[in-house]
Amino acid sequence: MPLPVNAELGQASELLMLLASIAYVVAFIFFVLDLVRSSTTINAVEARLASEQAATTRSLASVGAGGGGSTVAEAPQAPVTADDSMDYGSGARRGTARIAVALTVLAAVIHGAAVVSRAFAAHRVPWGNMYEFCTTGALLVSVIFLITLTRKDLRFVGSFVVGLVVVMLCAATVGFPTPVSRLIPALQSYWLIVHVSIAVASSALFTITFAMSVLQLLQTSREAKLLAGKADTAKFLRLVPSALSLENLSYRLNAIAFVGWTFTVMAGAIWAEQAWGRYWGWDTKEVWSFVIWTVYAGYLHARATRGWTGTRAAWLSIVGYLCIVFNFTIVNIYFSGLHSYAGV
Amino acid sequence: MSRQDHGTGVESGADTGRQGSDTVKQDTDARASSKGRGDVVVPALGVVGSLRWAWTQLTSMRTALFLLLLLAVGAVPGSLFPQRPANPAVVTQYLQDHPDTGPVLDWFQLFDVYSSVWFSAIYLLLFISLIGCVVPRARAHFRAVRSTPPRTPRRFSRLPVHGTVEIPAEAARAVGLTPSSAAHQAAAVLKKRGYRVDVRDDATAQPSVGAERGLAKEFGNLVFHISLMGVLVAVAIGGLFGYTGQKVVVEGDTFVNTLIGYDSFSPGSNFSDDRLEPYSVRLDAFDVRFDREQESNYGQPLDFTANLTTQDGPGAEEEQQILKVNAPVTIGGTNVYLVGNGYAPVVTVRDAEGNIASEGPVVAVPSDGLYTSLIVIKAPDAQPDQLGFVGFFLPTAFVDEEGVSFSRDPDPFNPQLNLNSYYGDLGLDDGTPENVYVLDTEKLNELNSRNNDDGGIVLSVGQTYDLPEGKGSITFDGLKRYIALDIHHDPAKAGAFVFAMLALFGLAASLFIARRRLWVRISGHDDGSIVAEYGLLARGEDNRLQDEGLMVRKLLEDRWSVPEGTTGEYRVQEAASSAAGTGQSQNTTKDN
Repeated sequence: MPLPVNAELGQASELLMLLASIAYVVAFIFFVLDLVRSSTTINAVEARLASEQAATTRSLASVGAGGGGSTVAEAPQAPVTADDSMDYGSGARRGTARIAVALTVLAAVIHGAAVVSRAFAAHRVPWGNMYEFCTTGALLVSVIFLITLTRKDLRFVGSFVVGLVVVMLCAATVGFPTPVSRLIPALQSYWLIVHVSIAVASSALFTITFAMSVLQLLQTSREAKLLAGKADTAKFLRLVPSALSLENLSYRLNAIAFVGWTFTVMAGAIWAEQAWGRYWGWDTKEVWSFVIWTVYAGYLHARATRGWTGTRAAWLSIVGYLCIVFNFTIVNIYFSGLHSYAGV
Repeated sequence: MSRQDHGTGVESGADTGRQGSDTVKQDTDARASSKGRGDVVVPALGVVGSLRWAWTQLTSMRTALFLLLLLAVGAVPGSLFPQRPANPAVVTQYLQDHPDTGPVLDWFQLFDVYSSVWFSAIYLLLFISLIGCVVPRARAHFRAVRSTPPRTPRRFSRLPVHGTVEIPAEAARAVGLTPSSAAHQAAAVLKKRGYRVDVRDDATAQPSVGAERGLAKEFGNLVFHISLMGVLVAVAIGGLFGYTGQKVVVEGDTFVNTLIGYDSFSPGSNFSDDRLEPYSVRLDAFDVRFDREQESNYGQPLDFTANLTTQDGPGAEEEQQILKVNAPVTIGGTNVYLVGNGYAPVVTVRDAEGNIASEGPVVAVPSDGLYTSLIVIKAPDAQPDQLGFVGFFLPTAFVDEEGVSFSRDPDPFNPQLNLNSYYGDLGLDDGTPENVYVLDTEKLNELNSRNNDDGGIVLSVGQTYDLPEGKGSITFDGLKRYIALDIHHDPAKAGAFVFAMLALFGLAASLFIARRRLWVRISGHDDGSIVAEYGLLARGEDNRLQDEGLMVRKLLEDRWSVPEGTTGEYRVQEAASSAAGTGQSQNTTKDN
């Protein structure tokens, strides 16, 4: 006889989840402030450079052609201010971004406590229904983001990622509120631990690459605009590395996530064999997992096909992520199938 | 094809791509652009030429990518429309509800997407394209494994990462280092780091080392793609020789693994009766436990356990086995799965003459989590008129304010039958197969119903109801539980598993192993110092090439006890060869 559910701890978990959401919202605001403020700083620097240049030109003109010694520093309209290596230490200190990261760490700690307490309240892994997939998945997104931050300066993508985490938490709390409960017999399998954890981790990685692919597309169109000599209409993208380096990094993350997703599908097949007697039966959930796998396989191949790198590959990455969202929301809620016990 | 490779212009090869066809394509592109596209005269191809052209097209990366994405799109309708293999009844219902669009969709095989001509065409073309790509690549890889690392390039400055390590004259003299021994030592260092090495020109004044590592990347890639084909073959074999069937077993009943023992049976295309081993399974008891602690999940199922007595064949020893969800029982080459359960009220129907027309448990189909179940009772043996009953079984019956009965709990605290009754020809005698869970009441005469004067039949356990007009009676004798079993035999399951695992490892190897080439050239200077030039080249995407360059540099410096970073140069090539790099290599050439 398994231990009874601890309802009080479950309520504490829900409170912690709320606190974490609030902390994330504040972090999100600071990330946006950082983009705005950095943008303003850059504008100011540029304005100063421009006026200095104008002054130098004037003084040169007054000195006359004889001066000649001082060369005017060119202030080229660089399309990218951010460092493509995405390493720290380049550019000015960004106090606001530091606060945003600190707040994200705080939020992630509270969030982690919420997820862990929920697991203890239910005496099992915290991914037994939609609410738990969402909250645990969001935790993974923010933890993976923070881990990546220790190696690379990805703060430019912070507002996107933390924004998505907030959306996921809201979706969980508003869309799929589920009290702590024990598992129904269909989910009582150790494959739940293996299959779903890897699925959530891969989805978290895909979430981050989705944000990067969106930025890549924005940056590509901005780079094209600047090359054509048009005005820069999306100045905040100066904090974002070039489209090419975004593409390269998201490819690396997508490659890891793709292996994870392959494992998810295979572990799912093994579990299906154990639960339903066949490893593959084209159940709606299986169909969409297959579609996602195929789209990302296409993405990996696109990167090795002429004419398909860059923008097209980014679109494939975005389509793949939309399929994941579709699979998690629409398929779970509206499509009937063997997987439709996810707490809805 | 990675763009970095194009930048260096030394060598290009896509490890995730299709080398052969891509190289061809580049050449074509180059030719077209140099001549101008308009000048190209298309020669007559002939039959062989056309076939060759079609084959090249099919096996090109672009086609493969297109087919891959088409496969994704093609799979989607299978989740939008009901599928015959999974839900034949729903498809029939859909066709009835949509008489206009249904047949059109059916013509396009949208109810059998995964066995449809068009879906099969997509994946077969994809796999043919795959074979056309894998075979030449496997051959090329076989050659690559057997050959020595590629020849040392003349100028390292064109490599994306390159540098030099200088061993001062006195240090070289102290250990008696010659260019030749330095080359062999560099080779040993690289070998230890996992490179295949080859020392060439070691008798000359400028020996060099060619090194290569990461051949497992391409091997993994090949294993992955071949394993996918293996999975497909395993699925096909399973479909040919396997079988699958369903059986509902009420407590106390026995299922025998013979064709007539099944409620429904789907054999593979190469199935024959003698593949069924005549084992038997008896359901002794079925235990169900619902959540009684938590208000929010009150009545949610927590455990289903079927206690079985099995026999491997007639006369074999009896064995007690436990069957649970997620824990199938393996017997007679098959796996037996618990896929459903419900209540089977035991009912006796007597006809107008007082004879028993039907007796025993009747399977009720649950329609919600509270086990509100649909039940159909047919008594074709009743005389003079056949009798039929349609209604609900409620495990814990309650009546709401409007007088409607409903079930409040999945456990049988107050089991009740709510039935309408009919008499007439049930339509079972003309030989057409009938669904036992459906009774077509249109051609029958109504006896009891909520809408007529006699009202519906409401029975608790032990109660009997006498039908109007003396047509007979019905008794609710008791209650049993039943389980729904799926029985599967798939001889190729293990094969599919092995290939899937191989595919996973192959995939990881192809994505995470870096394939690199590295060269070291040693030159002795007139002043007695020795300079080791090295250069690295990645095949495919490799974001750690710089780190590898630094690491190799450090290993060489350690080997020759050169203080770190004090001598020589280290350079990372950005795009085209830089002026400084060229100058560096010119310096060393001068000393030649």
